[in-house]
Amino acid sequence: MSAIRVVITGRGAVSPFGLGLSPLLAGVWSGKSAIRYMDKWAGVEGLNCLIAAPVPEFDYKGLLPRAVRRTMGAMAVYATLAAKEAVADAGLSEAQVTSEKTGVVIGSTTGSASAFEEFYSKYLPTKKLAEIKSGEFFKMMGHSCSANVSLALGITGEQWSPVSACTSSSQSIGLGYLLIKAGRQQVVLCGGADEAHASVTGVFDLLRAASNLNDDPENSCRPFDKNRTGVVCGGGSGVLILENMDSALARGVKIYGEIVGFGCVNDSTHIANPDKQSMVRAMRNAMTEGGLVAADIDYVNAHATGTDLGDVAEACAIASAVDSTTPVSSFKGHIGHTLGAAGSLEMIILLEMLQKQEIIPTRNLLNIDPRCSDAQLQRELSCANLDTVLKNNFALGGVNTSIAIRRVD
Amino acid sequence: MMDEADLRLKVVEVLAEEFELDPAEMGPEATLYEDLGLDSLDAVDMVVVLEKTFGLKLTDEEALRSIRTMEDLFQFLLALQVKQ
Repeated sequence: MSAIRVVITGRGAVSPFGLGLSPLLAGVWSGKSAIRYMDKWAGVEGLNCLIAAPVPEFDYKGLLPRAVRRTMGAMAVYATLAAKEAVADAGLSEAQVTSEKTGVVIGSTTGSASAFEEFYSKYLPTKKLAEIKSGEFFKMMGHSCSANVSLALGITGEQWSPVSACTSSSQSIGLGYLLIKAGRQQVVLCGGADEAHASVTGVFDLLRAASNLNDDPENSCRPFDKNRTGVVCGGGSGVLILENMDSALARGVKIYGEIVGFGCVNDSTHIANPDKQSMVRAMRNAMTEGGLVAADIDYVNAHATGTDLGDVAEACAIASAVDSTTPVSSFKGHIGHTLGAAGSLEMIILLEMLQKQEIIPTRNLLNIDPRCSDAQLQRELSCANLDTVLKNNFALGGVNTSIAIRRVD
Repeated sequence: MMDEADLRLKVVEVLAEEFELDPAEMGPEATLYEDLGLDSLDAVDMVVVLEKTFGLKLTDEEALRSIRTMEDLFQFLLALQVKQ
């Protein structure tokens, strides 16, 4: 029996550019930035970063019935709408979605930050639970997105929820890949979600890692640039349909790419600082699992968030694990750092690059930091022969992931 | 203390808003669970909303569990108003 191969057959997004795949891809391909000034954050004492890439407000009441909506914070709403779009894109029937062969793996940094605020703003002043509604816990729990998506779509297979900050969705994709390869599931809805919130940006602000270029939001996030200003957080959700390749071929559906390797390694050097050698190991593990060598890699999508330590470590790691000639870019200048959604939203853009055979450059990269110059950093939209690519994501807490994807003709 | 007609109107108004229901379907004979589609989580939220609206404490769990229809709810609240 030959090894099970895993392909991607559906994509769904709720992003800082709006609801659905179309605004995300149109925004990125037109070179726009979704980062904007957050008026309400000006009232948060001590918060220096007043910019973010939130999902624009939209009326979702008509899109989801109350019975499922009542337990969803914003991030679970995003995840559910992204999941529904991905399922439709993959052409999965209701019977397939609700079969035990279909699972869901969707993570986030925490539960809904706005739900936490709502809960504790009522609870803390009086230490009374009287006004707390029944849905609040389900918005706050760590697996809120996967649980709510499962309920809304009738998922009966396996439910998992990697909660690892900025690698939540890259680990979700990796876990979905492993579940299918192991033969436990035929289809897995994979991704992540997060929501822009002052308390989340505040964490990066406290670590002195957030941008404070508040008067120029669109040009604030500058990965690999020597004049970088730091992380700008965002929100949204990306969901991918991972599927057993034989199943996808039998259904005759479009295949966006094949996942051929997943590197996931831990570093134990520091809770917050990146570790170049662990990044190298993650990429090498993904390549080894896919039977790939450096010459096979046509492009690397960097995690690069626009921080001094992270950008430099990753540029050097890519040069070491792959080489200094392979094109590299980051999408954080376009959509900010969408945290738990970063891996899957960025994967969606990357899959579109494979379709179009074009490379999206790093937005706002005007002056390459000499310490990052060992990597072949892209500053212009260009055509390229993209067959096999790497997708990096790294997280506070020492998680380093890299996913190898190959185009399927 | 709110008079009976106002209380009935207010109950329908706040529950219709909370649970996105059509007030026209919330007549006295309508059952909360079968006709209006509420469930155990909604029952918890119903207590929260009614306590906030009327300034009452709905702590008699046995009495709450016995409420089947809108009319049961009206009568429960009317009696509670007198007691509290």
